Amino acid sequence: MTTLTVEHPTDPRRTNGSLPPVPPEGGGGDGPDRDPAPRRPPLDNVRLAMLFLICAEVMFFGGLVSAFLVLRVTAAVWPPPLQPRLPVGVTAVNTLVLFASSVAMAAARQALRRDDARALVRRLGLAAGLGGAFLLVQGYEWVRLVSFGLTLSSDAYGTTFYSLIGAHAAHVLGALVWVAVVALLAARGRFTDGRTGPLRACAIYWHFVVALWPILFVAVYLI
Amino acid sequence: MSAHSATAHAHVDHARHELGFVRTYIFSTDHKMIARQFLFLGLFMMIIGGLLALIVRWQLAWPETAVPGLGGILKETGGILEPSTYNMAFTMHATIMIFFVIMPILAGAFGNFCIPLMIGARDMAFPFLNMLSFWVTGSAGIIMLSGFFVEGGHAAAGWTSYAPLSAVASYTGVNWGQNIWCISLFIMGVGSMMGSINYITTIINMRAPGMKLFRMPLVVWSLFITAILLLLALPVLTSGVAMLLFDRTLGTNWFKPAGGGEPLLWQHLFWYFGHPEVYILILPAMGIASEILPVFCRKPIFGYHAMAFSMIGIAFLSWIVYGHHMFVSGMSPALGMAFTVTTMIIAVPSAIKTFNWLGTMWGARMQFTVPMLNALAFVSMFVIGGLSGIFMASTPVDIYIQDTYFIVAHIHYVVFGGSIFGAFAAIYYWFPKMFGRMTNPFLGHLHFWGTFVFFNLTFFPMHIIGVGGQMRRIYNPTQYEFLVHQQGWNVFITYSALLLGVSQIPFVINFFWSLFAGKPAPLNPWNANTLEWTAPSPPPHLNWGPTLPTVYRGPYEYSSPESKEDFLPQNVPPVGAAGARRH
Repeated sequence: MTTLTVEHPTDPRRTNGSLPPVPPEGGGGDGPDRDPAPRRPPLDNVRLAMLFLICAEVMFFGGLVSAFLVLRVTAAVWPPPLQPRLPVGVTAVNTLVLFASSVAMAAARQALRRDDARALVRRLGLAAGLGGAFLLVQGYEWVRLVSFGLTLSSDAYGTTFYSLIGAHAAHVLGALVWVAVVALLAARGRFTDGRTGPLRACAIYWHFVVALWPILFVAVYLI
Repeated sequence: MSAHSATAHAHVDHARHELGFVRTYIFSTDHKMIARQFLFLGLFMMIIGGLLALIVRWQLAWPETAVPGLGGILKETGGILEPSTYNMAFTMHATIMIFFVIMPILAGAFGNFCIPLMIGARDMAFPFLNMLSFWVTGSAGIIMLSGFFVEGGHAAAGWTSYAPLSAVASYTGVNWGQNIWCISLFIMGVGSMMGSINYITTIINMRAPGMKLFRMPLVVWSLFITAILLLLALPVLTSGVAMLLFDRTLGTNWFKPAGGGEPLLWQHLFWYFGHPEVYILILPAMGIASEILPVFCRKPIFGYHAMAFSMIGIAFLSWIVYGHHMFVSGMSPALGMAFTVTTMIIAVPSAIKTFNWLGTMWGARMQFTVPMLNALAFVSMFVIGGLSGIFMASTPVDIYIQDTYFIVAHIHYVVFGGSIFGAFAAIYYWFPKMFGRMTNPFLGHLHFWGTFVFFNLTFFPMHIIGVGGQMRRIYNPTQYEFLVHQQGWNVFITYSALLLGVSQIPFVINFFWSLFAGKPAPLNPWNANTLEWTAPSPPPHLNWGPTLPTVYRGPYEYSSPESKEDFLPQNVPPVGAAGARRH
């Protein structure tokens, strides 16, 4: 027991938020690198977990897109002659709306970094609003397509279109709820104490959902 | 001790006392309690899966006679299995054993228990997500079991659920059963994703000071790689079962040729998941064996780095071999050749592991404790299962033995002989730490020898009747003239299987007796080096007192000349090192 105690800054990454670790007192080890001092992980828990969540999501959509491509490539004629064509123009504009929501989300993170709580809430609301607008336009186009006779069960064309775009829409909807909850929490004054994990995770997920869209747009609408 | 750690200590005590019954035992965020929950889930499901297997065996030995004990359930037939019931029994046996026994026990229970304790963390990176992962998986299990009670019975298209058999309700006569199968696996996929994200994040970011990646115990390495495989493989199954469910309920056309779909697509999606899946089932058992062998050989593991890298190699190769399940599904011969070659290459890292286990045992003064015996059974049975795997990797051989009992023998040597013996080894090895009590060695030996002998008597003859032509999943082998002469084997296998079931009774008695009345376990009953043995038995909430252990060396320093004893725990500072431990 010594009286020499060095105050170490709390390392939030190895504590589970419960118990700050006591840093080791130096020395030890069995190689030339005899220093088991605390490491600073390049990515914190939230970023790392979101990265792996995105990996899993990519595999999920990878399954859907590859299945779509198999059916698309083996079909004799695509799209089937009597089915409506997909609304490329409207959807391209809609894609820009979705991109804009990603910009709003990035601006919200900027506001968080500057501790501007009002701008944070406003920009989160803007991101959610643009995402909602994207979904509404998509829904309207779906209603029109259904009225033209393209349904989930009409053939492989309808099956793949509604499944892929619907899977993405479900993810946007889920992310939208998440953004709304985070915006509500931010309005109530959370995230001012530096514990911004849920917000940062939400922002990463939102960017992922936006980035996923152009791939589906090209695969389903354009080729 | 600094003031800093004194407050931390107070925090530990505080956290232990304020949780009520529900937060401690049911909705617990403590990784050790979640591990126990996964273990109980897996063992409970194992009873159901095992009974289903015995029902299948009864039908194969004495076709179309009343199965004892089923008279009350199958009232219309008086206990005789109809073909549809038989299909349901083997489908659900495999589904339950793979998704709700081996995965919860190996990845769920021992993943949760070992990872934080062995890397020196107080809990998982996301304890709440961890709790959610158990309850999502548990609900998937309940949903899966509910399928037995719906109109038309449970899924009956085999655990692989090949389309279009599974995609159209009238083909199997099963309507809601198959839907429930899809829904349950979808939910299970979500639960498993939560778990694997947690495992990977914890291992990367939460290791104790000094716990470098290459000082991690091999079981943690194996769980790390398993979690990566789970993370990347299961979403593909999730997308596949979603498509299958949509085909069945919403009328989509993914797998139905009439609407422009492609039945073979299911096989690609399924096996793209399915082959990493078999390594998900075996890798944790490999890690467990690598952990237990050095402890009871009192020798360092042979080739630690080779062990870690061969697991990485297996994980990588597991993505490019899946086509060997589809040699007869209609595949370009050139592509089949490529899959043959990759499959044979995957035998190389597996052989590296096997020879390293042998190298660990070479010249050792082995202690034949119950966990050690189970680990040895794992190594030897894995060799048999692995070698028959090389047979069927070769396309010309596989075309002959495809869908025969040879395949059934192979998968059971790998999954029962491998994974289940690994699970038993892990249960006996970590029971003292998990529950704070020792198991009874006599009952343990009885259980091990019964299981080992009757396992081999059950599954080895399946190679013979498989080469003799008996098809997998047939309802009644005596209907085929060319199989009648093998019926004696079928009867023999069923007797062995029944005795294999009886051999599990000592395990159940031992487990529950030891849970309540076993000898209290000391801190480190096996004189092992890894960090979990430095925590109390059972470890309290947050695992260690105020100070986390500091790691100074790798996990397998047995019989080291540096130490007077024959083991040198990871957290003991080297003699004469600067700043040796003062606590």
